[in-house]
Amino acid sequence: MIKLSHVDKQYQNHHALNDVSVEFPDHQTTVILGPSGAGKSTLLRAINLLERPQSGTLEIGDLKLDYAQDLSNKEILQMRRQTAMVFQSWNLFPNLTILENITEGPIYVKGISRAAAEKKAHQLLQQVGLDDVANRYPNQLSGGQQQRVSICRALALDTSFILFDEPTSALDPELEAQILRVLQDLAKQGHSMIVVTHNMDFARKVADQIVFVEDGQIEFAGASEQFFNQPTERIQEFLAAMKF
Amino acid sequence: MWDIIKSTTPEILWAGIKYTIPIAVISFIIGLVIAVITALIKTSQPRGNTVVKGLWQVLKAIFSFYVWLFRSTPLIVQLFIVFYGLPNVGLQLNAWTAGIWTFSLNTGAYASETIRAAISSIPRSQWEAAYSIGMTYQQVLFKIIFPQAFRVAIPPLSNSFIGLVKDTSLASTITIADMFLVSQQIASHNYQPLLMYSIVAAVYAVFCSLLTILQYYMEKRLSRYITAEGE
Repeated sequence: MIKLSHVDKQYQNHHALNDVSVEFPDHQTTVILGPSGAGKSTLLRAINLLERPQSGTLEIGDLKLDYAQDLSNKEILQMRRQTAMVFQSWNLFPNLTILENITEGPIYVKGISRAAAEKKAHQLLQQVGLDDVANRYPNQLSGGQQQRVSICRALALDTSFILFDEPTSALDPELEAQILRVLQDLAKQGHSMIVVTHNMDFARKVADQIVFVEDGQIEFAGASEQFFNQPTERIQEFLAAMKF
Repeated sequence: MWDIIKSTTPEILWAGIKYTIPIAVISFIIGLVIAVITALIKTSQPRGNTVVKGLWQVLKAIFSFYVWLFRSTPLIVQLFIVFYGLPNVGLQLNAWTAGIWTFSLNTGAYASETIRAAISSIPRSQWEAAYSIGMTYQQVLFKIIFPQAFRVAIPPLSNSFIGLVKDTSLASTITIADMFLVSQQIASHNYQPLLMYSIVAAVYAVFCSLLTILQYYMEKRLSRYITAEGE
């Protein structure tokens, strides 16, 4: 389980996260919803410390850290290695082949043998229907293909959680559907996922839990059915605005 | 005329092989190391307590001062200070050592800016992606950032190297018998300055052309991942 308690993140003149406390259960898909600029991505990026809140605590499994304290590189790495992330614009490493993009983490971060890492990478690529591009460079692939590769890169690390930061926002609808199908499969397989998205269809179909963020605060955190079937007035407004 | 060319060119070439090329190559390698270290220190954002941060700021200031100093003074003046000046404070370097160090520090100052720019040209998102898979700072640098930054840095670094090859002619002013000094000596004997300096110019041009060809192939090789054909 991932647990954030009293997390506060302030930019110069913007309160991105305001006393946020929320839990993300294992083996479930939590979708983070909310209007643009609400703090969804900041919340997600606080979990792998790409964003450093000023105060609050973060717990992943047995590990715990206090954002307010000076953290050693070792502490940060240890926490970071509990999760993997899929980015909006996939951020593959252009200088490495598709296979190397996926095996780099397992080999150099986890110390797995190259042979084992490559075998796993091929399996993952097969799962997303891309094994034939293993020796190409990211530049030679379409956006949708690159995003599927980046999902493999995250999966290859075998982390307890995978974080998705608007994984389909940069894709056209057809490719978006493709990526969402992959995510749906992963959810079925029981992966623990946290997904920031604007796609309400996906949220409704796949989410076990919804976290609704607005103005840096948690407006709602609970079961997906409750969110969609018994929405509060504010959630109704949001759903209407999303034409849902 | 052919006789003069045939008899003097080997001598000039030999001076090039013995001095010009080694000085340029060694200085460039040392200069690159200095440049990478300088660029990393200047771009770093130290974490830790106030004492560590304070010391780091001092270190940054020292390296900034070094870059400023070597970019703001003529190379020939730097050579004179190191070779003719430093003995006054008890630091006596032979011409070879003085030359190598001055050329290295000078190259390092310019190349550090090239490398700093190349590193910052790699998008923030590459760092984030690499950190997100759990890499350490060193792993991110050596596996993800440097390979991409190096590709960007090759054209300006080649400029620096070609510039350095030609600047080694200034070594003649601190008694190093490089190609240029040898051509001067021959000219003073045979009274053929136009011919002698044209020969030495041609040899410099040949060296630099070879470097340009090398640059072309390195660029091509390191850009494979950009230019590879799509499906």
